[in-house]
Amino acid sequence: MRFLAAFQNLAYIAAALLFILALAGLARQKTAVRGNILGACGMGIALVATIAASGGAAANLPLFLGAVVIALVIGAAVGVWRARSVAMTQMPELVAMLHSFVGAAAVLVGWNSYIMQPGGALPDAAENAFHLGEVGLAVLIGAVTLTGSIVAFLKLSGKMSGKPLVLPGRNWINLGALVLCALLIWQLITTDGFVMGVAFLVLITVISLLLGVHLVAAIGGGDMPVVVSMLNSYSGWAAAMAGFTLGNDLLIITGALVGSSGAYLSYVMCQGMNRSFASVILGGFGDGATAQVGEAKDYGTHTETTPEQVADLLRESNRVVIAPGYGMATAQAQFPVADLARKLTDAGAEVVFAIHPVAGRMPGHMNVLLAEAKVPYRMVFEMDEVNDDFADVDTVLVIGANDTVNPAAETEPDSPIAGMPVLRVWEAENVVVFKRSMGNAGYSGVDNPLFYADNTLMLLGDAKESVEAILGAL
Amino acid sequence: MEVLWRLLHSIVRYTAHAVAGSFCPLCRNVKYVTPVKPCFNYNGLDVLRDDKTAEREQNMLIGIPNDTARQALVAATPDTVVKLVKLGYDVCIETGAGAAASYFDDAYRAAGAHVVNAASAWGADIVLALDAPAPDSLSALRSGSTLICRMNPGANPQLVDALAARNITGLAMDAIPRLSRAQSMDVRSSMMNIAGYRAVVEAASAFGRTFGGQVTAAGKTNPARVYVIGVGVAGLAAIGQAVAMGAEVFATDVRADVADQVESLGATFVEIPVKQESADGYARPLTDEEQAQVLDVYAEQAAKSDIVITTAAVPGRAAPLLLTKAAVASMKPGSIVVDMGASELGGNCELSAPGKRVRLNNGVTILGPTDLPASMPAQASQLYGQNIVNFLKLCTPGKDGVLELDLDDDVVRGVTVALDGQVMWPPPPIAVSAAPTKTIVTDSADTEGAADEDAAPDMLDRLAKHWWQVAAAALLCALVLAAPASMTVHFTVFALACVVGFYVITAVEHKLHTPLMSETNAISGIIIVGAIVQMATSANPLVMALSFIAAAIAAINIFGGFLVTARMLKMFEGSSE
Repeated sequence: MRFLAAFQNLAYIAAALLFILALAGLARQKTAVRGNILGACGMGIALVATIAASGGAAANLPLFLGAVVIALVIGAAVGVWRARSVAMTQMPELVAMLHSFVGAAAVLVGWNSYIMQPGGALPDAAENAFHLGEVGLAVLIGAVTLTGSIVAFLKLSGKMSGKPLVLPGRNWINLGALVLCALLIWQLITTDGFVMGVAFLVLITVISLLLGVHLVAAIGGGDMPVVVSMLNSYSGWAAAMAGFTLGNDLLIITGALVGSSGAYLSYVMCQGMNRSFASVILGGFGDGATAQVGEAKDYGTHTETTPEQVADLLRESNRVVIAPGYGMATAQAQFPVADLARKLTDAGAEVVFAIHPVAGRMPGHMNVLLAEAKVPYRMVFEMDEVNDDFADVDTVLVIGANDTVNPAAETEPDSPIAGMPVLRVWEAENVVVFKRSMGNAGYSGVDNPLFYADNTLMLLGDAKESVEAILGAL
Repeated sequence: MEVLWRLLHSIVRYTAHAVAGSFCPLCRNVKYVTPVKPCFNYNGLDVLRDDKTAEREQNMLIGIPNDTARQALVAATPDTVVKLVKLGYDVCIETGAGAAASYFDDAYRAAGAHVVNAASAWGADIVLALDAPAPDSLSALRSGSTLICRMNPGANPQLVDALAARNITGLAMDAIPRLSRAQSMDVRSSMMNIAGYRAVVEAASAFGRTFGGQVTAAGKTNPARVYVIGVGVAGLAAIGQAVAMGAEVFATDVRADVADQVESLGATFVEIPVKQESADGYARPLTDEEQAQVLDVYAEQAAKSDIVITTAAVPGRAAPLLLTKAAVASMKPGSIVVDMGASELGGNCELSAPGKRVRLNNGVTILGPTDLPASMPAQASQLYGQNIVNFLKLCTPGKDGVLELDLDDDVVRGVTVALDGQVMWPPPPIAVSAAPTKTIVTDSADTEGAADEDAAPDMLDRLAKHWWQVAAAALLCALVLAAPASMTVHFTVFALACVVGFYVITAVEHKLHTPLMSETNAISGIIIVGAIVQMATSANPLVMALSFIAAAIAAINIFGGFLVTARMLKMFEGSSE
């Protein structure tokens, strides 16, 4: 037994270090693959050590081992199936779904801790109180992560409207729910005995689940990348809290790693959108701007074009910038777009991709798609690297992007996206916008004056078919 | 009758252009009768094709006069002429206007401009010049036309009044506000940039030693020590150039936040005890008290340096004094001072003379160049011309050769000094700055009172802004204090892991955000450990069931997360060669 416990400690230290190395490795492309492998190794070590140590202490060893193996097999089967079959364009949905699993697991672990050690179970009063407080927090964060991620998943997969749900006094609802949870946790801490505590814990769970729904439902589509990374962070905190309830350092370390890195990533995203961290976490746009959503403005008429005309335009263009957005992902257009870029480059044109920091529905989404289509990384630039040069560009192809190229962000102070840095594509000589139809506004529900500009041509239709038609015409 | 008139018109026009290099006299008449848009559509005989003519009648004519008598620069180069034509303008340029900058008439013709005489160039709808014209040229400007040049409107009220009185629209290129979107139009920045470069080159040429240090067979030479005072556009350019030439460079600015920029160029920032930032992005003169403090720092550094470059030129005012007589006297023999602020109003160095080289008895040479860009006319003209093109792009939204001044636009409003007979200078203030910080009022009398009043609400503001941080910290402290001893180690581990997580992620490449997220997702599947422990330690069937479910879904995370990350990374490898 002593040996097993020592082995477990050693393994946990190794696993924690491997996880840190994994995240550090993921920061650079060169080391990323190694990072992933290290992470998997860490996980393997942690699992083996836990199973061995717990097995040693298990009341019913065969039952325990059987249950663990079956759980792992089920998880592995589903996980491998999802990971293999998911299209790169659906990464955001997959990630959101995985977050909800961590949240659910945290809730379950929290409940178990309570069942195993309800109020008054521990001899020391302070330890008792802390244990129950941790259980409450673990359930709270886990439940918010669970339902928040489910709502995010539904929004991302289009099964739910991307429009922010705006309830009156939304922030007060959130605050009220939090305060209520805090009070309930306090009650939980001060209650001895199983039955009364269960009532409080059930209430905490229900309120947190609703809070999670409301938090994410109130966030508009334009903020979705931040939401995804924020939920990532929450799932980490949930794991850390579960670690506290179990007194397990590995869980605490890993949870804190994921939590703080996710929080930092969300912060970076927020900066990219010029929005305060707090306003995104608390749900969606500021109150003043929300009133403007959907208010139609008259920007004149748009000009439509054909793939042949665009092909002619491209043939005469020396500098071409491609600004992709979520529409490219939904249309699966990344492969023909990459072909188009190659063809134009071969014809002597200078082609670059301009990636807005929040293009797509999760951080780095566009990069993943372009990498899938084998677009060389030297052709891919971030917004700040290209934004001052649009005036010298002959043609910009905006493929399924909307809010990230909306000039209203710079020109209309009352616009909901005002102040968000955008790609200044309108400064180019010609802009071709690939869009399914004129009807649907961007994810944030804001109309885009770019579509009506004199130098903008609208190529309506499925982005993939449009790009393929252009390829044919070239 | 009409056809005959048109034919006659085209012949007159052709002759006027080919022989006299001037406008068609008929057209000019037409222009005065209908004040709409002018003529000069000379394009062979296309005037006969009336549909085209009617369309093009709207185009405005840009004139670029020859100013080589005063300076070598020209307001448009063949390259920028092409861009002006693309914006829909007709362009005419006075013969020889670009000669001093090595841009000859033929090149302008090839770019699509018409080469004309002085009267025609000045008589255009829009006149592009470098500086405000001499009084006699001002009278050559047509009433109702537009003049685009540097005007220094703050110091030249009589020019602004004259423009307004003659109903000339005055657009001062040196009044472009410091907005990031207006950077591409800021002639002060573009000129100061090359001026900074040139200041170093001039210093090197006057300096009796090399810049870079070397160890040679003939012995060791130390690198020159260059000290740059004022790290604006010019200062940064000077630092960059001096570093590139191998010198050891030091720099100072009253704005402490430029220190990073200085270091990024490979120079060393020398701090001074005073901080200052102004709302419009330009440094302003300091108060007397502050001045005295910083002068000591400058003097001390100057005494150690071989080359001192002062860059504090204040638009429209006397430059602040940075190097006193005493400071110069303490410098080493052979040292060079380049005073980029030198002007008739007074320079940065007490002993400098504008446009002259002063050699002092102690062996220090002081250069007081007043127009460094003029020594690089080809480059300077190109940059200036491009600034104007960028500005006209903003003001020609239709690309149809029609200038539209949208006074709601801060940039346009900022440069417009005279419009429709009205004096428009100064524009209403816009609060912008590269790094938003508190403005320090320059008038020393106001400073004290204002600062005191500001102090209290400022503190409250800050407190209000950070109240939740304070509250969180207090809560955490309370938690840790109240926690049982067995918890302390967990708190420590938690806090350290948070910090590690934060630092590990700060360097991540943007393109790897998605794989990073799925990786952290996989790792947070570590919660399975908790579920497994619970499975083992409890005989309660409910606990068993719940932890079984928890373990299963956490396992989905683990396997799914690591696999999908691997899949994505594989694609990245494919795209990176």
